[in-house]
Amino acid sequence: MGTGNSFDFERNIDAALADQQLKKNLRNAMDILVEKRRAVFTDPEALEQLRAAGNAIKRRALSKLPQLLEQLEAKCRQNGIQVHWAEDTAAANRIVLEIMRANDATELVKGKSMVSEEMHLNRFLKDHGIEALESDLGEFIIQLNGETPSHIIVPAIHKNKDEVAEIFHDKLPDTPYTEDVEELTRIARQAMRKLFARVKVGLSGVNFAIAETGTLLLVENEGNGRMSTTVPDVHIAVMGLEKVLEKLSDVPPLLRLLTGSATGQIITTYVNMITSPRKEGEKDGPKEVHLVILDNGRSRMLADPEFRETLLCIRCGTCLNHCPVYVRIGGHAYGHVYPGPIGKILTPQMEGLEQAGVLATASSLCGACGDVCPVKIPIPALIRRLRSESYDAKGDGTVSGHGYKKNLTETLVWKGWELVNVHPALNRLSTKMAGAMGKRLPKVGPLKQWTRARSAPKFAGKSLHDHELEKGGRDD
Amino acid sequence: MTSPDRDRIMARLHTSGTEHTVVPEAAIPPDSAFDPQEKITQLATLMGAMKTEVHVVETAGWVDKLKELARERGWEQLLYGPASPIGSAIETAWESDTDGLPALVAYTEPVESFKDKLFQIDAGITSTQGGIADVGAIVLWPTEEEPRLLSLVPPVHVAVLHADTITSSLAEMISVQNWAGGMPTNALLISGPSKTADIEFTLVFGVHGPKELVVFILK
Repeated sequence: MGTGNSFDFERNIDAALADQQLKKNLRNAMDILVEKRRAVFTDPEALEQLRAAGNAIKRRALSKLPQLLEQLEAKCRQNGIQVHWAEDTAAANRIVLEIMRANDATELVKGKSMVSEEMHLNRFLKDHGIEALESDLGEFIIQLNGETPSHIIVPAIHKNKDEVAEIFHDKLPDTPYTEDVEELTRIARQAMRKLFARVKVGLSGVNFAIAETGTLLLVENEGNGRMSTTVPDVHIAVMGLEKVLEKLSDVPPLLRLLTGSATGQIITTYVNMITSPRKEGEKDGPKEVHLVILDNGRSRMLADPEFRETLLCIRCGTCLNHCPVYVRIGGHAYGHVYPGPIGKILTPQMEGLEQAGVLATASSLCGACGDVCPVKIPIPALIRRLRSESYDAKGDGTVSGHGYKKNLTETLVWKGWELVNVHPALNRLSTKMAGAMGKRLPKVGPLKQWTRARSAPKFAGKSLHDHELEKGGRDD
Repeated sequence: MTSPDRDRIMARLHTSGTEHTVVPEAAIPPDSAFDPQEKITQLATLMGAMKTEVHVVETAGWVDKLKELARERGWEQLLYGPASPIGSAIETAWESDTDGLPALVAYTEPVESFKDKLFQIDAGITSTQGGIADVGAIVLWPTEEEPRLLSLVPPVHVAVLHADTITSSLAEMISVQNWAGGMPTNALLISGPSKTADIEFTLVFGVHGPKELVVFILK
């Protein structure tokens, strides 16, 4: 799923920081999302209670994950939903392709789904002669422009209306240039209604899958999710295996946390619960419903008591909105499907540290993501753990690429640091040396990197220790 | 049915040690409890804020109100389910006078033979399964008699809600109506007309689903 060797995080960051329009679009958008969330969670104490409950519900689901998935599978089958398992994204793509071929379908209409992005489904289908058409307005805009989502909730948030106007004018036949958002939306509605009337297979994600009843729950505002799951003859739902909940009564608090955190709504326009394909006598709805359950590294995360908490995530995106790094560089700079804080912990675990470990370095560890997470994922702690996993070749690392950054120079530097700090004489000597030589540190290697965008450290001529001794302090 | 992928995934899940995950005690914060009048007010206020047109009417007079609206808005066709709980009331009301009223279109065929017609109709009317006061939403359980697309494809959706089916919260509805005992093919919560804010957070209604939602609350 990665962008392979072409992924250059530093270059992406430099490019993003230089883009003034992007910076402005992002700042505006994130300020709005942060404010909307605050307006819906007005009572901090009540919010804390709700987060604690959300955390407990998701933890309970994880503690029974294998049993709940088996129950979900059995219930879905009983209801007539066909269940498929995919160990990786290649397997998931093959399953979708087989369903398409079994139905002689050359077009797929999609509701918004991050798992399908994780699968790079559109590209895969295209290579096999099938067109995947995005129907969420934001996804529709960026698909026209050949882009991928820059935010997991508001995928086209990096674009302003002038840019959308250009895209529609350029890419949609006979479309006059207009910056009127109502008009732009009307144009999209018309284009997509034609699509829905024609396309035979629809695909969606899943927000929660309820084991108790075998129900797939989707939230949305536009209605494209309902269209994609109701009008076509066949509905394919794709989900990560961590999306399962034990029972229906687990839904209300998580739903409140999800919509409040994602878009500052007490409820979305639609909550769409699907429990079976069209039954005998029913007039509409798909005749086939398929559920594809994707692992793609999740079961490995589950095996580590700390990293397991990554799977609590309900994909609300609020950690992106509150992240001082995300708000400055936007989603595309991360070079992977899941950007922002959640991406920093999720992607290296899915792709391995050599591929994506660098993402964990893009954090000031300010802690905002952990503070706002509706299910209390300790994101900063997991970022730190990934950073140390990159170096430490010992221990019980579960992440692929464990210790890949370990090198002789850094190991020696830290050994030296340790030595200097356990032997007082060496410590005195080293602080004296730093005082005397500090201004003449050669700007090479890591120091050159460090000073690329920062001033070089200046060491004081005299150490604090010596100052204190002169003022009459004593070594105890 | 089993597959190699399923077996490998399940093997890893079962040996993951996840059963040792600490599950803290944390009660779900209690929902507000509203009296019958508060439920109506709360639901009407919240749905109204989401651009839903709410009419609180006496049960006896709701069809007259519907006719009034239909004439005023100039709908050409009104899609309905003849065998639904509101079907015969509508038919009776349309028998007496049809002057300036939309033609009634019955949704009784499978969508395969009805799709072209369906996408041309300007209004659809459905009954509801209930309403949820604390978030402001109506609940639909589409049936054979009232198919799923009735509330989705026409640009106007009219919904008829009995006040005594409104619960204070979703949790209460799930429990009172025993949803765990069996869910329908499709269940929906609807809090307003279809909307999007995908372009610069400018709120626009009617992107895919209905542009207008009208709710009659029957007392």
